[in-house]
Amino acid sequence: MAEEIPKPEELIQIKHRPPKTDWMKTPINIRKGMYCYASNPKSVAYVGLPNAREWNPMEDDWKLPENWQEIIHEGFKERLERFRSFKVFMDICVRCGACADKCHYFIGTGDPKNMPVLRAELLRSVYRNDFTKAGKILGKLNGARPMSIDVLKEWWYYLFQCSECRRCSVFCPYGIDTAEITIMGRELLNLLGLNIDWIATPVANCYRTGNHLGIQPHAFKDMLDFFVDDIEDITGIKVEPQYNKKGADILFVTPSGDVFADPGTYTCMGYMILFHYLQEKYGLDITWSTYASEGGNFGFFTSHETMKRLNAKMYAEAKRLGVKWILGGECGHMWRVINQYMDTMNGPTDFMEEPVSPITGTKFENAKSTKMVHITEFTADLIKHGKLDLDPSRNDHLKVTYHDSCNTSRGMGIFDEPRYVIQNVCNHFYEMPANTIRENTFCCGSGAGLNAGEDMELRLTGGLPRANAVKYVHDKHGVNMLACICAIDRAALPALMEYWVPEVDVTGIHEMVANALNLPGQNERTTDLRGEDIPGMQAETQVESEEEANE
Amino acid sequence: MNARYMFSLIAVIVLLLLAWAGTAVGLQVVFGIILPYLAIVIFIAGFIYKVLNWSRSAVPFRIPTTAGQQKSLPWIKHAQIDCPTNKLQVIVRMALEILTFRSLFRNTRMSLKEVSKLSYQLEIFLWVGALAFHYAFLTVVIRHLRFFTEPVPFFVQLVENIDSFFRFEFLHPVFQFGLPGVFLSGVVLLLAVAYLFLRRIFTPQVRYISLASDYFPLFLIFGIALTGILMRYVTKIDVTAVKELTMGLVTFQPTIPAGVGTIFYIHVFFVSILLAYFPFSKLMHLGGIFLSPTRNLTTDTRARRHINPWNYPVPVHTYEEYEDEFREKMIEAGIPVEKMPAAKPVREEPPEEDEKPAQEEEKE
Repeated sequence: MAEEIPKPEELIQIKHRPPKTDWMKTPINIRKGMYCYASNPKSVAYVGLPNAREWNPMEDDWKLPENWQEIIHEGFKERLERFRSFKVFMDICVRCGACADKCHYFIGTGDPKNMPVLRAELLRSVYRNDFTKAGKILGKLNGARPMSIDVLKEWWYYLFQCSECRRCSVFCPYGIDTAEITIMGRELLNLLGLNIDWIATPVANCYRTGNHLGIQPHAFKDMLDFFVDDIEDITGIKVEPQYNKKGADILFVTPSGDVFADPGTYTCMGYMILFHYLQEKYGLDITWSTYASEGGNFGFFTSHETMKRLNAKMYAEAKRLGVKWILGGECGHMWRVINQYMDTMNGPTDFMEEPVSPITGTKFENAKSTKMVHITEFTADLIKHGKLDLDPSRNDHLKVTYHDSCNTSRGMGIFDEPRYVIQNVCNHFYEMPANTIRENTFCCGSGAGLNAGEDMELRLTGGLPRANAVKYVHDKHGVNMLACICAIDRAALPALMEYWVPEVDVTGIHEMVANALNLPGQNERTTDLRGEDIPGMQAETQVESEEEANE
Repeated sequence: MNARYMFSLIAVIVLLLLAWAGTAVGLQVVFGIILPYLAIVIFIAGFIYKVLNWSRSAVPFRIPTTAGQQKSLPWIKHAQIDCPTNKLQVIVRMALEILTFRSLFRNTRMSLKEVSKLSYQLEIFLWVGALAFHYAFLTVVIRHLRFFTEPVPFFVQLVENIDSFFRFEFLHPVFQFGLPGVFLSGVVLLLAVAYLFLRRIFTPQVRYISLASDYFPLFLIFGIALTGILMRYVTKIDVTAVKELTMGLVTFQPTIPAGVGTIFYIHVFFVSILLAYFPFSKLMHLGGIFLSPTRNLTTDTRARRHINPWNYPVPVHTYEEYEDEFREKMIEAGIPVEKMPAAKPVREEPPEEDEKPAQEEEKE
């Protein structure tokens, strides 16, 4: 954790007026609290990425390879050929400024280089110099500048202040997507070994153990067994998750954050309870995998190639186990990867079947090629067909609002499924203002691998627009629970809420589903999955016991 | 002062002086024939080159921005335009984008109120200004077809009629304005360019990001519109002579008729510069918008596989390697394995990498 985090009253003193000096002449100032530590060379080397070494962004010498400029130039050129998006986005921006105040990092920091247009100009300036005639001839006048160590540092600092949330791309009249530019920029930085450790180490872990946290198979099972005990304490029901089961109907993959960190763990318990219910009532046959025990993909924040290498496990495991299709848990960028990249990278998937819900018979036609279904699609379908016995009153103490995760919103378009599920499992639901939800949603401020402790100031400023909208519904409707379908959200939003709106807690959707779900043979259910007394239920039992005492 | 717009302004003034001096020393052939031909060749060749160059780059992944509800369960309303799943829907999305600047219409302005309340209000001016600018420009271009066609096609006449329905006449022995009838498009174009320029100057964020190459086309187009308006309403050049010249260009029998004033050559020179500059500048957004992968692709990637032309095999950590590393632990934990160990393995796992960011996350 960064030590000196300013107070909210101080942090919100944001000046959105750019400085007097021209942006090309404003030197880079790498500030503590705004960046993540450099990648651990062991992690970089483990996955065979180039230029693994100890380095420190605060030191002058970044220990770059001698020919680093050539590496960047060649890498740039290669990516211009491989990605039309990159080439077109380098050429057609008119700098109209529509994107400027759409970025949560700009809103929260006021740093002009966090305006999406300037973040992109950091790369475009070098593009013009290296790849366009006008840039070569007119130089600075045309916004061109040669690559230098200061430019490189600027790239590193600001490309790791972008969470690839794509909000700017909604507003750009040409659809220029800063996420795409950041992705390319980070790929180039990775050619020089300039990653951050919050990404590099999870990547190495995931490659080796199957999940970001480096949980080995036995420990993974231990953790789920621990939840089994908790669930038994809370509901009186012993659930029996299956692991690496060959011939199961469905493989379930979720971000490992749900297995490890609160409040994601409650969401994980939620999945287990739901699966148990479906198993008991309808014979659902679903398995977890310790090998493909990660839905999230920090390779996506490293390079396309790394993304593909990590993602490959899902299909490989599905094939090995011989499942019919894959069900995916609540995660943000995991779903952007599944939706827009997975089948292209690691398909085709002829070894599986087109996904059909074994309970309702619904064909998930929208997933017929990828063969992977989002759990809120699955659950929404169950609810629609009346297959779940729900008692939403167990969530009556919650006043819920819903945070659309950036990736599932602008990289997938899943908006109404989660809302439908929420509205069926709890009675008090309030939307945040329209400009801050759905395709206009604001990032948690910690996406794209920026969820470290040392960059807390960046996270809190970047998360300000989201927190501010939550505060609005908290003040207006007394909202006390922020629901989301993203593991990074569940890891990042609690810190954000604690700082800006301390009265609001964070939950995954399936935690609320499980709290509402009536299990056959369950006990009184006086506490929720967090082991906290459910106000209404508790009162009832108290009244009952009082009555008993009176008798 | 701001060097970037000063430079652009000076550049346009220099161009003006060049054309003026050129016609003064009798270089009408250069400014009326050679440069326009050259400009049009550069424009067409450059435009095609640029678009082909873009299309040569691959589209490895489908990365449309999904700005509405995906198509999933049949009872959930699908946002067909903002999350298009077929070509027709994409065409509608693109058409709305290109013809109505739909994304720009969403524009909001963020402000920090009462110290701690962020608000986002609809900000319509940029959209109005941009739309006015582009449509006025288009109208002007269509009207100018009159100079390059014989007989004049009906749609040109139609556009002229619509454009001049609004009449404004100021008739005085000393100063007359409004005869011939005023075309609205010219005035709107001038005003829109002025607006686009002023917002670059007065909106601090936009000023900060503006380059010389953002101001230059604005000054140039302002110059084009202004010289055009002056010719039509003030200096009243000989339209018949102008048409003789322009028709000469179209029929490849170029001539320089007498009685065409200097201002015409300035006008034509500005247009020539704009055309020649076009393919090498941000003005290529005209072509680029059609190729923007966040807008022109379908979002049905889960239902239909998109092919990446350069997809290559990558090293992966296979299940076999994984099981080899963790087999005993898996067996001990009761997790099924592929291979039961034949003999007692000697291998001992190095306890490397056990301090993971996991621990840090736990701390939160």
